[in-house]
Amino acid sequence: MRLSELQHNFLDWLASADDAVAARLPLAGDGRDGLAIYQNNYRGNLMACLADSFPHTLLWLGEAAFEAAAARHIDRVPPSSWTLDDYALGFPESLIEDYPYEAEVSELARIELALSQAFIAADAEVLKADQMGDVDWDRAMLQTIPALTILPLRSNADDIWIALAHEAPPPNAQWDETERPVLIWRQEWLCKMRRLNGDEAAMLGYLIGSEVPFADLCARAIGRWGEQDGIARIGQYLGQWVADELVRGVER
Amino acid sequence: MPSSRLAPPCGPAFGLGLRKPHYQDFLEGAVPVDFVEVIAENFMVPGGRPRDILRRVRRDYPVALHGVSMSIGSADGLRGDYLARLKALIDEVEPFIVSDHLCWTRHNAHNAHDLLPLPYTREALDVVCANVDHAQDVLGRALLIENPSSYIAFAHDEMSEWDFLAEVARRTGCGLLLDVNNIHVSASNHGFSSADYLAAIPFDRVGQIHLAGHTQGKHCLIDTHDRPVPEPVWALLRTALAGAPQAAVMIERDDAIPPLPELLGELDIARAMARGAALEGANPCV
Repeated sequence: MRLSELQHNFLDWLASADDAVAARLPLAGDGRDGLAIYQNNYRGNLMACLADSFPHTLLWLGEAAFEAAAARHIDRVPPSSWTLDDYALGFPESLIEDYPYEAEVSELARIELALSQAFIAADAEVLKADQMGDVDWDRAMLQTIPALTILPLRSNADDIWIALAHEAPPPNAQWDETERPVLIWRQEWLCKMRRLNGDEAAMLGYLIGSEVPFADLCARAIGRWGEQDGIARIGQYLGQWVADELVRGVER
Repeated sequence: MPSSRLAPPCGPAFGLGLRKPHYQDFLEGAVPVDFVEVIAENFMVPGGRPRDILRRVRRDYPVALHGVSMSIGSADGLRGDYLARLKALIDEVEPFIVSDHLCWTRHNAHNAHDLLPLPYTREALDVVCANVDHAQDVLGRALLIENPSSYIAFAHDEMSEWDFLAEVARRTGCGLLLDVNNIHVSASNHGFSSADYLAAIPFDRVGQIHLAGHTQGKHCLIDTHDRPVPEPVWALLRTALAGAPQAAVMIERDDAIPPLPELLGELDIARAMARGAALEGANPCV
């Protein structure tokens, strides 16, 4: 058997545990006991990855329900990245399929995923409060740090996460059609989360992914709230963003 | 090399794996080891605390990078994104050793995240050698390739694992990382002689030796890295040190990780064996 075919069949067997596929492997001797070790490692590693990546989702669902959801995910989605950590990426989507009428379940998982991604996101030099007086604001370009994301939640998953993290009784799940943006970011080495109002989320979201002239941000705010209120709001938001170490500044 | 970093160890060196329970000890810089070994993939991330910890540990200790995901036996070759990330980490950390395993972990887009066994055929040998050559070209340095532990063998094997490994080293110029626990586990599981294995190893290619413990499973030994190094593995180390007295020796402990003094005590045993091997090597009557 060619190496390529052997490797294809071996992985097919790991994913399916199908005896007919195992029978296609050219093993020396019986080999079934040895194969069982690899099968156990494969599923065990993926299960452990999901349990480690989503500890609060596990608490919320309970062990049996979480393991059932993880097992369905493993059956549906074979791992493809070189790093096991990436196997967590698709789990929140799977939970939407498993719990279509309980939005807090997948949103709790999305919070945990965003926190772990912020933990290892690229470092960046942030704009500090004591540097603001030196900035030429007419030429300033702003951008959020890489370790930042805004999740548009429709449930109170953030309140549930906070309660579980403090080992307090979690609130009952609530959800509706109103978007509740939640900001997740890393400040030095500590990951943080806070709720945003829609206006602040819109302005901060404008700075995600690319450098934006400060003048453009002000123009947006003025277009939205008028000159006086728009400038006041941007000043207020920027002060908070700098205090939270959310933005990096570049002058051109 | 930046002056703030320690130079690679010369001669016999003794190290431990950098594991979370011991981060603080290593950050304080007072652990009596010659180097630390880190799992490369744990630090192949864009930034954050893991990279910061590695940078700080690197100021006080030479580092060996040990990979688990290169998939050197993949029939469809190596992944460019993996090699690029590993290269970036190597450029930053300047490790004195970069190693991975004689195994495969991936085929096409499906990754098993386990060290899967290769058939020891001429075709697989060509694949492994081509992949080692490619990795060494991209990384700009020689790799050490580690013998795996395994639980199955293939009916169409055309050579032994030790002959396969020796031929990979001869054809590619790579070094070898000899895991004497893996030799013991595989010898027990497949019924070959550990002595035959070691007798065939080109010791001039051995740059590092791994020690670990294993577990007796229902049907075979399992490479668990969750207990102290057992006597049969120490015996293999004694033989290996006679052949490769300059190799860097380290203890792998990945589960049930004990307090640091316990691992340092085991490392002292390895040091004493190395001294004994050096004395025997210096005595022409032995």
